[in-house]
Amino acid sequence: MENEFQPIIVGFLCNWCSYRAADLAGTARVHYAPTMRPIRVMCTARVEPEFVLKALREGADGVLIAGCHPGECHYVEGNIKALRRFTLLKAMLRQFGVEDERVQLVWAAASEGKQLAEAVDRMTEQLRALGPLRWRQRVLGEQPVARHAVEVEVGGD
Amino acid sequence: MERNAGAYHTSLMAVAAQLGVEFAEVDDWNCCGATEFIAVNRLRAYALVSRNLALAARQTAGSNGAAKGQLVAPCSACYLNLSKVEHYLSESPALASDVNQALAAGGLSYEPGSLRVRHLLDVMVNDVGYEKVAARVRRPLHGLRVAPYYGCLVVRPGFQERFDDPEYPTSLDRLMRTLGATVVDFPLKAHCCGGHMTQISRDVALELIRRLLKNAADYQADMIVTLCPMCQLNLDAFQESVNGLFGTEYRIPILFFTQLMGLAFGLSPTAVGIGKEFIDARPALAKIGAAAPAAAGAAPRRKPRRGDQSLPLPQMPEEEV
Amino acid sequence: MSAETPDRARHDPRATPDAGHGERVGVYVCHCGHNIANTVAVEEVAEWAGTQPNVVVARDYKFMCSSLGQELIEQDIQQLGLNRIVVAACSPHMHEKTFRSACQRAGLNPYLFEMANIREMGSWATDDREAATQKAKAQVKGAVDRAVRQQPLEPLYVDINPNTLVVGGGIAGLTAALELANAGYHVYLVERDSSIGGHMAKLDKTFPTLDCAACILTPKMVDVANHPNITLMTWSEVISVHGYVGNFTVRVRKKARYIKEDLCTGCGTCVEKCPVRIIDQNFEVGLGYRKAVYRNFPQAVPKYPVIDTANCTFFQRGKCRACEIVCPTDAIDFNQKDAIVDLEVGNIILATGYEQFDARRVPQYGYGRLANVFTSMEFERMVNAAGPTAGRVVLRDGVTVPKRVGIIHCVGSRDKNHHEYCSRACCMAALKFAHLVHERVPEAEVFNFYIDIRASGKHYEEFYHRVLSEGAHFIRGRVAEVTDAARGPGEEGQLIIQVEDTLIGKQRRIPVDMVILMAGMESRKDARQVAALFGLGCDYDGWFTERHAKLDPVVTMTEGILVAGACQGPKAIPESVAQGSAAAARVAGMIGQRVMKMEPVRASIDAASCSGCRICNNLCPYHAITFHEDRKVSEVITALCQGCGACVAACPSAAISGVHFTRDQVLAQIEGILWDARQPEVLWLEPQ
Repeated sequence: MENEFQPIIVGFLCNWCSYRAADLAGTARVHYAPTMRPIRVMCTARVEPEFVLKALREGADGVLIAGCHPGECHYVEGNIKALRRFTLLKAMLRQFGVEDERVQLVWAAASEGKQLAEAVDRMTEQLRALGPLRWRQRVLGEQPVARHAVEVEVGGD
Repeated sequence: MERNAGAYHTSLMAVAAQLGVEFAEVDDWNCCGATEFIAVNRLRAYALVSRNLALAARQTAGSNGAAKGQLVAPCSACYLNLSKVEHYLSESPALASDVNQALAAGGLSYEPGSLRVRHLLDVMVNDVGYEKVAARVRRPLHGLRVAPYYGCLVVRPGFQERFDDPEYPTSLDRLMRTLGATVVDFPLKAHCCGGHMTQISRDVALELIRRLLKNAADYQADMIVTLCPMCQLNLDAFQESVNGLFGTEYRIPILFFTQLMGLAFGLSPTAVGIGKEFIDARPALAKIGAAAPAAAGAAPRRKPRRGDQSLPLPQMPEEEV
Repeated sequence: MSAETPDRARHDPRATPDAGHGERVGVYVCHCGHNIANTVAVEEVAEWAGTQPNVVVARDYKFMCSSLGQELIEQDIQQLGLNRIVVAACSPHMHEKTFRSACQRAGLNPYLFEMANIREMGSWATDDREAATQKAKAQVKGAVDRAVRQQPLEPLYVDINPNTLVVGGGIAGLTAALELANAGYHVYLVERDSSIGGHMAKLDKTFPTLDCAACILTPKMVDVANHPNITLMTWSEVISVHGYVGNFTVRVRKKARYIKEDLCTGCGTCVEKCPVRIIDQNFEVGLGYRKAVYRNFPQAVPKYPVIDTANCTFFQRGKCRACEIVCPTDAIDFNQKDAIVDLEVGNIILATGYEQFDARRVPQYGYGRLANVFTSMEFERMVNAAGPTAGRVVLRDGVTVPKRVGIIHCVGSRDKNHHEYCSRACCMAALKFAHLVHERVPEAEVFNFYIDIRASGKHYEEFYHRVLSEGAHFIRGRVAEVTDAARGPGEEGQLIIQVEDTLIGKQRRIPVDMVILMAGMESRKDARQVAALFGLGCDYDGWFTERHAKLDPVVTMTEGILVAGACQGPKAIPESVAQGSAAAARVAGMIGQRVMKMEPVRASIDAASCSGCRICNNLCPYHAITFHEDRKVSEVITALCQGCGACVAACPSAAISGVHFTRDQVLAQIEGILWDARQPEVLWLEPQ
């Protein structure tokens, strides 16, 4: 485990179902990969594609969006709206060459702590196999340069 | 089938021609091992069954595009063996590999999942369909009280697709109703006929057969219709033995459902293999056409007769014809 | 603060530079005893947090939710001039309110507070100390960066309409209605059937006291009918619901009875003279008859009959009119029409009850094929003195008295093929039946076929022992089938119950004359439509979803919609009454407050940025967005908005902001949470 690549997943969890499911997993001491860092939103309908892209750009290897099962959304149909946006976003990501497993949408009812934990574990394994995303290099084509090296150069002008 | 259940074969071919369905016999088929072989040597029994699967798969390959080939078994025991082994092969790659090793010795192989194993009744009621059958009926079997008998194997256990309720099947009932017969819904319709017990423990088998005959007789059935050659043989050929052992006087003819289909389609009794059975069916068949069926359904407004204190029965779903 | 408070300030507040926004953030990392501290290195996290931009002070403490922990926060706010607070501890669902109150007490707006969940979503979910600590730091940073951008918010206050709608006139609904009415509040009770009383009105005796159901129910029914604070609307259905808590508008269809209620005296002559007699599938559950103009039972409330137009000779063929002719007060009106009524209420209590499992779905038990197989509800009607047999226990022929009765438990319940749940009330009802058979037919033998005997209420177990001592037989096993195929002379003419007696390990065939199937409880067939109509959720079995199964069983996730009784899950009368009272109490409490505080998490549209594309208009599930034709801009009706954020995410001009979950806040949180992935030590050069 020492040198094994630990992916970082940003998880958008909806306040009513999936956030409670993740809470339940913890309460029930169901252990799962500590790779998913949660961000609470009121409903998955709040998740903008920009949030997902931002997370990937800032270094996340994957993004998990978790909402209520269809038919059980606290706000009636927010999860369906999220599903629509997600589908279009995935089509775009595919064009960028981003693997399918990196952005996932799952449904988790408030009582499904174990299932959500399993989904995180599954996603972690998939990302581990794929390796780090390195969005800036792969998608934006940017090159990293040591900051101090540039400053020295600029300073010596 | 031609040898041991000749009437089933004759009537099936005749009916299939009427319905425009083509059945191709599996080339060089072998015995499925029935119920005994599996107790002797499991792997060999599975290999024996798989040989049929391999032959059928080879024969149906490419004929239907991407759809799976269909292997239809008119006999319930064959049906159970074939679907059971197909299922086990799909579940266990280790078993599939062992079996394929055995088949290879005969130049054959079988890829699990390449066939759909169906029972003949399933094909009749689902692929052909009740409407098509109804359209072919020329001589409705009005006046004939028929007890549909499923035997114990056809609906349970369900390995591939379960096509009828295991506790209380109704597809054969509905098929008989489509032919115009009066269906006698007797409670033992899915109970065991004894199978090979006739050879192993005769008295046990005869008691099981007696129960079936008694139940059908109690419900005033004119005949019992079956879908498995073993059941037909037990109920028919051993009826006299039952009478001898128990002092009863049953004379209930046992026919295959395809034979009744053929009769309803207007074919002659000889054309559907009638005349070969132990208990002669012709006296019962004479009842056809004697009475029109009673009006279907009970109107909700029944004025009970004066003095009748009986409580109403629960409404059952409307019978479909 | 007391001397023993082990507070450890991790950073000298006077030395911190205010980077960026100039906010002053206090971070508090909770040990939660060992719960967090055993896995997350809490001191390290606090120390690290103290080095982050905008963080003025960072502490760790054993129990932040304790009074001392909260005082820490309050003191720091006042003494250090903190204007943002982050607590890294348990889930916000646990203690967000607690800490928000602490902030408020210290004079800080409670919405300038953010929690990082490092317990349920941290220390409790993993053993990996290093990873948990790293993740905790990420969550804290994310929370800090978000908190910095939060704005003070004020809650909304809405008036509560003191009227209440109760849907369903069974025992739960009646209880709720009476409680509220007696408390002085007005209640509209809408019942779909022609009379209130529900399933309880069909029963004869209730377990375990063997009280007569009608005797305890009818006084309540009469109270409801006469109560000045209750408007009773029977033969009525809710067709639409609009609005939000405190302000619902409900449209009700009052179906035509074809009887003028102001003239009808309830004499019943029309019922007597009606020539059409049909099987009553509803109240008599198919065991008895009624007329085309009918009342469910003689003590029906209200006393007005209804005309069943599907079976009435006049409505079907234009003939007869006997009822009209004999009515002494001319109360029959064939031209009556449905009426539509709009009600304004503040809260809605759903008490729509259950349905009996259809025993025909278990064909091996023979219900419908074998005449002498009855369901539990049919048997209830049979033993009822006002039922189709005047209380005599008889077979389907109406005459023969059974000598041997088999009662099969768990039909449709505890069954993978149908419903896995236990229907809770049937074991006791089965014991009641066993007792009643012994009472009515002293020489009868009763056999109960059970899996477990669930006798969990007050005096239930004692009742079980009483029935045992009366000589009832109990066989533990699932019945395989009920058949009339006799195997020998001893079985002729009877129904044979084939069962494995698991306590002796043998198959048994028990011949009986009558079989009673204890059919389980099911949710109503239209439960999902009803749930959609009122805006609440159903679980997989169709029972309405409560807010919390243990701690909040009568409230739903939707403010203002409550549930009571069997519609929330299978239960018997005492539990239904308790829930009816509980729901009423909750409503009374809300009404007593007069105004209700609503979370300010709402959307709002910046009219200047709105281009009038109207994409948001149709996205709102609460119809909370209107479009101003004159100015060509959309606007959110704040009171209707529930804060889901669907419109916020959709606006192509980013003209809609959802307070407390703004774009800036979430983007900052994303950056913060990825603090260790962002590689600040490198620069990124654009591709050449």
